[in-house]
Amino acid sequence: MTVAVDGAAPKSAATARPGPLERLRRSWQKHWYAYAMVAPIVVVLGVLVLYPLAQGIYYTLTDANSLNSARTIGANHIAATYEFVGMHNYADILWGPTAWDRFWSHFIWTVVWTVACVTLHYVIGLGLALLLNQKLRGRTFYRMMLILPWAVPSFVTVFSWRLMLSDSGIVNTVLGTLHLPQPEWLEQPHFQQLAAILVNTWVGVPFMMVSLLGGLQSISADLYEAAEMDGASAWQRFRHVTLPGLRPVSATVVLLGIIWTFNQFVIIFLLFGNGGAPDAQILVTWAYRLGFGQQPRDFAQSATYGVLLLSILIVFTSFYRRWLARNEQV
Amino acid sequence: MATKVVSRDHGRRRTTVLSHLALSVASLVALFPIVWLVFLSLGPDKDDYLHPDRIWSKMSFSNYAFVTEHTKFFTWLGNTALIAVATCVIGVMFAATTGYAVSRMRFPGYKKLMWVLLVTQMFPIAVLIVPMYQILGDLGLIDTYGGLILVYCSTAVPYCAWMLKGYFDTIPIEIDEAGRIDGLTPFGTFFRLILPLARPGLAVAAFYTCLTAWGEVAFASTFMLDDGKYTLAVGLSSFVSQHDAQWNYMAATAVLIAIPVSAVFYLVQKHLVTGMTAGATKG
Repeated sequence: MTVAVDGAAPKSAATARPGPLERLRRSWQKHWYAYAMVAPIVVVLGVLVLYPLAQGIYYTLTDANSLNSARTIGANHIAATYEFVGMHNYADILWGPTAWDRFWSHFIWTVVWTVACVTLHYVIGLGLALLLNQKLRGRTFYRMMLILPWAVPSFVTVFSWRLMLSDSGIVNTVLGTLHLPQPEWLEQPHFQQLAAILVNTWVGVPFMMVSLLGGLQSISADLYEAAEMDGASAWQRFRHVTLPGLRPVSATVVLLGIIWTFNQFVIIFLLFGNGGAPDAQILVTWAYRLGFGQQPRDFAQSATYGVLLLSILIVFTSFYRRWLARNEQV
Repeated sequence: MATKVVSRDHGRRRTTVLSHLALSVASLVALFPIVWLVFLSLGPDKDDYLHPDRIWSKMSFSNYAFVTEHTKFFTWLGNTALIAVATCVIGVMFAATTGYAVSRMRFPGYKKLMWVLLVTQMFPIAVLIVPMYQILGDLGLIDTYGGLILVYCSTAVPYCAWMLKGYFDTIPIEIDEAGRIDGLTPFGTFFRLILPLARPGLAVAAFYTCLTAWGEVAFASTFMLDDGKYTLAVGLSSFVSQHDAQWNYMAATAVLIAIPVSAVFYLVQKHLVTGMTAGATKG
């Protein structure tokens, strides 16, 4: 509750007219219900997200790693000895001697990965949602089956995919009986990337499908009837009724999809194990590897990657929302 | 005229057949990896996944017996269930009050709060996990259930709050006003009138938080150090990494893990579409 007061203070002081204290008192009286309701999450986010973020940003300006950070070994507490290095980490990552191998190649792959996955999620999800939205016998059954990949925890299904895609797993056995080439999905760089996209698509489609199905059901049937009266073909109805009707849902799920896919950790991490497939690592898994998957753990560089990732997403989201707002007006 | 109707009917039937075909293929693709895992879990040797044809002749539940008798499976299951349920209850409560506040009340700072909730979705764990580890260490929460529950709440609540805000927006504000006229406080209105109406939305939020906690790997494997405190996700990974990849035990464990989630899932699936709709359209 004290947090809520703190949160309100600068706001009301900024627009003070009848004296800041009086304003504060009135604002508190009027809004204390709201503050009491949001207080728990504000505290949790403050302690576990905003404070770590601030600390993470501070780490990016130092050379902290697991050898020079404060730590306790047995009864001895060793004080931190890392130093402030300014923007060195950013410079090193973005245009240092190995910038291309470490950052930019992974950056490009991350973008390709995000675009490919979200496109596939959306197109397949929309297709299935359209099919499920028809009056069709057994559509409840189909819906259950199609949502199932979402219900089973992804770490379980990723292991299943790992077995299926292994050298002589079922996928290659089937490809072999059809006399098709049998790539080493989990070993050859390009096929690793293909495998990652494949698995992530399989994991992500149900969410899109359910959301879009919800969106389709909220479009009034009158609109379709009117369009049919006017002699619109199926394609025209899809183009001029369905797609505009889905806009609000699409805008949200595509944004969330992009954010989630960009930061998708589990699938790549588990599909190739910790340390495998350097070419298929996206920036998030790469950053995790720097911070946790190697010795000494490079906290500073890992945090720098994190801050860069966050900045990319924030910039992207701001543009995306502005673009949406502009399209809304037209 | 008559011929036109006939051809149209014919076209409809063909579309129906094609729809069934497409949906069947899609269902098969969706289902296969799970079915395959169940099948492999019945093969007693750790290399059976390489020659599945041999499994038919020696199918048994021996992997299940081993996993339940000789590993800490039930400890892990208990840990995971405890963490998932606690995350679910606390998370949905926080998300509901927050969602309601931002849906109904225009208080100073509410826009900023909405933005923070969205930005939280973008936080890559890589930037958070190191400082979080140290904060939890300072608070003495490393290797405790409470620490992990808090961490999960901080990741799941923002999304749920957004979703529930959308859901609350669809509940007519007249209901709140009626409640106020009858002398209820805002808390009273929220608990007695709005929460019961929002049950489908709450079901989706509960499902989402549960699923997040049940299937999370990165935080769990970083913050839980003692194998008596592992969640199922971490325990399962230990089969693959530690000894020489015991895929057969892993498959059996995976199936055991998937069963309770699928059951919960079956219970909430009716609400899933309605709940998601409101959240997504208005979000």
